[in-house]
Amino acid sequence: MSEQPQTYEAAAEVGAVRKRRTRLERTGLLLKSAPPSAWFGMIVVGLYILVALLADVIAPYGEAQIHPVPFAPWGGEFMFGTDQIGRDVLTRLIYGARNTMGIALATTLLSFLIGGGLGLVAAINRSWLDQLLSRFVDVLMAIPSLIFALMLLSIFGSTVTSLIVIIAILDSTRVFRLTRAVAVNVAVMDYVEAAKLRGEGLGWIMRREILPNILPPLVAEFGLRFCFVFLTIAALSFLGVGIQPPTADWGSMVRENASLIQFAKYDLTAAITPLLPAAAIALLTVAVNFIVDWFLHKTSGLRDDH
Amino acid sequence: MQSEKMATRSSDHEGNARLNAVLATILKRLGLGFATLVVVSAIIFSSISMLPGDFGQAVLGQSATEETVAAFRKELGLDKPAVVRYFEWAGSVLQGDLGTSFSGRNASGQDRSRQVSDLVMPRLWNTLFLAGVTALIAVPLALFLGLTTALYRNSAYDRTVNAATLTTISTPEFFVAYILILFFASLWPVFPSLANVNATTELGERLYRVALPALTLTLVIVAHMMRMTRAAIINLLASPYIEMARLKGASRSEIILKHALPNAWAPIATVIAFNLAYLVVGVVVVEVVFVYPGIGQLMVDAVTSRDIPVVQACALIFAATYILLNLTADIIGIVTNPRLLHPR
Amino acid sequence: MTIEPNRKDILLEMRDVRIDGFSDERWHKIIKGVDLTLRRGEIVGLIGESGAGKSTLGKAAMGYTQPGCKLVGGSILFDGIDLVKASDADKRKLWGTRIAYVAQSAAASFNPAHRLIDQTVEAATRRKIRPDAESRADAVELFRALQLPNPETIGGRYPHQVSGGQLQRVMTAMAMSPRPDLIIFDEPTTALDVTTQVEVLSAMRNIVEEFHTAAIYITHDLAVVAQMADFIKVLRFGEEVEEAPTRQMLTHPEKPYTKSLWSVRALEKPEVKGEDIVLSIDHVDAAYGPLKVLHDVTISIPRGRTVAVVGESGSGKSTTARVITGLLPPTAGAVSFNGKPLPAALKDRSKDQLQRIQMIYQRADTAMNPRQTVYEIIARPLEFYLGLKGKAQEARVIDLLKMIELDESFMDRLPSELSGGQKQRICIARALAANPDVIICDEVTSALDQIVQEGILKLLLRLQKEFNITYLFITHDIATVKAISDEIVVMYRGKVVEQGLKSEILAPPFPDYTQLLLSSVPEMDPDWLTNLLAARPA
Repeated sequence: MSEQPQTYEAAAEVGAVRKRRTRLERTGLLLKSAPPSAWFGMIVVGLYILVALLADVIAPYGEAQIHPVPFAPWGGEFMFGTDQIGRDVLTRLIYGARNTMGIALATTLLSFLIGGGLGLVAAINRSWLDQLLSRFVDVLMAIPSLIFALMLLSIFGSTVTSLIVIIAILDSTRVFRLTRAVAVNVAVMDYVEAAKLRGEGLGWIMRREILPNILPPLVAEFGLRFCFVFLTIAALSFLGVGIQPPTADWGSMVRENASLIQFAKYDLTAAITPLLPAAAIALLTVAVNFIVDWFLHKTSGLRDDH
Repeated sequence: MQSEKMATRSSDHEGNARLNAVLATILKRLGLGFATLVVVSAIIFSSISMLPGDFGQAVLGQSATEETVAAFRKELGLDKPAVVRYFEWAGSVLQGDLGTSFSGRNASGQDRSRQVSDLVMPRLWNTLFLAGVTALIAVPLALFLGLTTALYRNSAYDRTVNAATLTTISTPEFFVAYILILFFASLWPVFPSLANVNATTELGERLYRVALPALTLTLVIVAHMMRMTRAAIINLLASPYIEMARLKGASRSEIILKHALPNAWAPIATVIAFNLAYLVVGVVVVEVVFVYPGIGQLMVDAVTSRDIPVVQACALIFAATYILLNLTADIIGIVTNPRLLHPR
Repeated sequence: MTIEPNRKDILLEMRDVRIDGFSDERWHKIIKGVDLTLRRGEIVGLIGESGAGKSTLGKAAMGYTQPGCKLVGGSILFDGIDLVKASDADKRKLWGTRIAYVAQSAAASFNPAHRLIDQTVEAATRRKIRPDAESRADAVELFRALQLPNPETIGGRYPHQVSGGQLQRVMTAMAMSPRPDLIIFDEPTTALDVTTQVEVLSAMRNIVEEFHTAAIYITHDLAVVAQMADFIKVLRFGEEVEEAPTRQMLTHPEKPYTKSLWSVRALEKPEVKGEDIVLSIDHVDAAYGPLKVLHDVTISIPRGRTVAVVGESGSGKSTTARVITGLLPPTAGAVSFNGKPLPAALKDRSKDQLQRIQMIYQRADTAMNPRQTVYEIIARPLEFYLGLKGKAQEARVIDLLKMIELDESFMDRLPSELSGGQKQRICIARALAANPDVIICDEVTSALDQIVQEGILKLLLRLQKEFNITYLFITHDIATVKAISDEIVVMYRGKVVEQGLKSEILAPPFPDYTQLLLSSVPEMDPDWLTNLLAARPA
């Protein structure tokens, strides 16, 4: 092709060239690019985790320690006063962080173990097992999960274990659907077919070809599910059928101190007391939502710029 | 090439085919909904057989004799096979008989328990009233906000509404409820903090008393519904046929009314149904906060006292409402789908 | 442009038009100052490859910019009306009546909720160009003129009830209904098979000529636009490369880039006959469930040669590849490799059998795991088939990268950091890593720009010469077939129409279908369509 004066070189073709960096460098850059809302979310979540871990150290009193002054006002000995039977509200808030978050986290993990595992199996099997699981999940999802949880709790009783297991199973239906959907999308990709044609086994295909590509949506979903589980447990505890006393928990703290709101005209701080745990719940879910929003934006951007 | 020679059928034939396709799809969906309801009711029913063995003792009290416990078990039908019991139960539910409450029994075998239906019915009406009032405010408001934010997306208005709704979504219902109580019942007492109504309460008074619970539910529902409506409309407006309509000189209102709306019924119906179903669940917490005598509060009380027949009845009602709402949305989607209305 | 003596004729005048688009959180220049002058009744062809900005420029001629784009400079005068300054309401009065638009995807651009006739007359009725009943009668005449079947009743149908080729013609009728001064055709035949394209193209040309309508015809295919346009403007990266009358552009292009637009057509591999059959497909039937897609397919592939399988969508050419690879076991017949039968199903084949036959896909994007680096992608078959590890593995990967004209700096890149051509090269290296006898290439160049296609085809030819590799090359593009094949297999509706040496297949006498297929491929000759239609029986 002598009349082709343009020299053409494959290596010179413009791709979206990016410098390779170590994981640490990339994490650093990623954090630098985070918007203020994501920073806010990360700081809040970090503080919550710190409080939960160090509850024994920073709490001024014991978790269920009862003082002789019920409904003590704010300030002085008790920063946020005491509750209806004389337990320090600040202490209960700090231990509540550990209990409520710990139980919600355990529940979400269990629900991902069940839902994620079965979802992957269903996506790869795509036959009778997939059909069976999918129909079963359809039926479970036809009952509102809070209602289903209430019914099951009335039968099995409100222990921490039954709470975790019941909510994890009910919530795993949603994890199952998502995992199955994204895994099915990845499983039809040409590179999975290429691996099959190469003769790779099921293990390699699941671990190396499918899992890394469904991880980002699953991680984002983990954040969202955690919020949902957290709110469900808080709601159940608030209704009096979730985490039971004397374990400190934000949902039941709202319920126990709710009557104080009526005294807003006389003592505003007292009226705010029941709102403190409620605000703690809201703040955490807002923070996690901010992080998830940013994460979704990041990972979806990564997928678009090919 | 071959497809170019498609024969055009007579319009009469097309009319029949259209009716058949739509009917077939609707019937299929109804059948599926009914099957789901049967399975769900079976699950709810079978929950009673999962009860621990000493349950009779627990309900009747420690001093109950073996005879009374045995009689109680017999009354529950635990001596019969499960399938027989299910059909007996389902049969009586269909006739409006939801069984007898566990509470009010005691060791001596005396029975002051009440019919579950007597407990449920007046409260069901109260709940429907609250949900209805909320839906009447929330649905038009959410659709309006969703539509306008979609039309003027990325404007300051859109961003404000979005930020506000994202915060509301992340907040537990009881937090919203107590903040409203703090401001509108405690600091500035314009509404009652307790929404106690009974059969004799008049409509005006009833509306006044449910103001705060309805407002709480509205705030929560509107946030969800508005975001979903916005997403659905934006998705629709991105279709190439909407751009084509613009390039044919259609005005904004023509695009919305003539080109977007006929295709929007299905997504909008889905959004409304989804959120009304969500309302059904949200109502439980709100009823407890405002001590509103509805079915949600009844269910929570029954769970606390482990009054299983009442729990079952409430769960069945909630599940049936949920299934029915989703079914309605699907059917609206079917009857407005041009591909089904005008099959090839 | 010099000042024209007769400015009255000028319908559209665009000067130094600049448009920015928003993506990746910043504004990019999409159109960087382009001029365009169009007289009444004249047709201009806007041509360029992906990212040239031709579609954006076409829409700008209406005074319209897509959401996410904005006009940042220049002037657009349509019949004396300044479209840059005109209000939305004023522009709406022009759109659909004096300027009409025909979109690429007719199936997506018709509203699914309305009948075709209602959409056809919508603009004319809105602006009261004539009474609605007259517009409807006129639409039927337009349908007839566009050779649509059943012109009286087709308007009563809904978009999903008619085929893509028909929809594209209905859309042309819709554009023509208000008798506009200017129609913008935005890649109207790109999504159609070649045999359908000819019908749609001739119908559009006739009607535009009949009403003496000016048009902007946007496409990436120079041969197509040559049949329609009076003059052609070549765009690249949002800038004009050159503009010339059609005949002059084809015979004497000034810029080398213009020439590269038909670079694949300039390639032609001299055919060599092959004797030693490496892969043979004998009387194969195959089905997806109850749907039978292959009927008694027999193909034999000689070693070290390229056999091109051509056919339109639905001809069964990709299914044939699935049968060979074992993804779809045939219902009858067998595939044999080096004279020995291959097990029908993938799972029954040995590692060695798998290694001998490799595959390259149409879309390199989805053929590589986006989370694996180039090194991991190429090294896996080395480790899997040949057991290469450590230094030996790395040396071989570098070797393979050199073979595909890339270097070791690419090893750490992810697929998203490569251009389209580079991605396809990595896929070639991955196939090559297995030391295969046969490589199945499924439309490997059809998603690429011409100049990149040419590079890939040359690379494949060189590799064939060096390593005596056999290609089964599946494609719908006749130019590619000419460029690379020794033998050709023509498929139609799941059957082999004929197989033979390139020179035999591409020379008369032709079986009916081969004749239709070959004659439907647009040629770089402005008279091609005219001659073809004259030659074809009416």
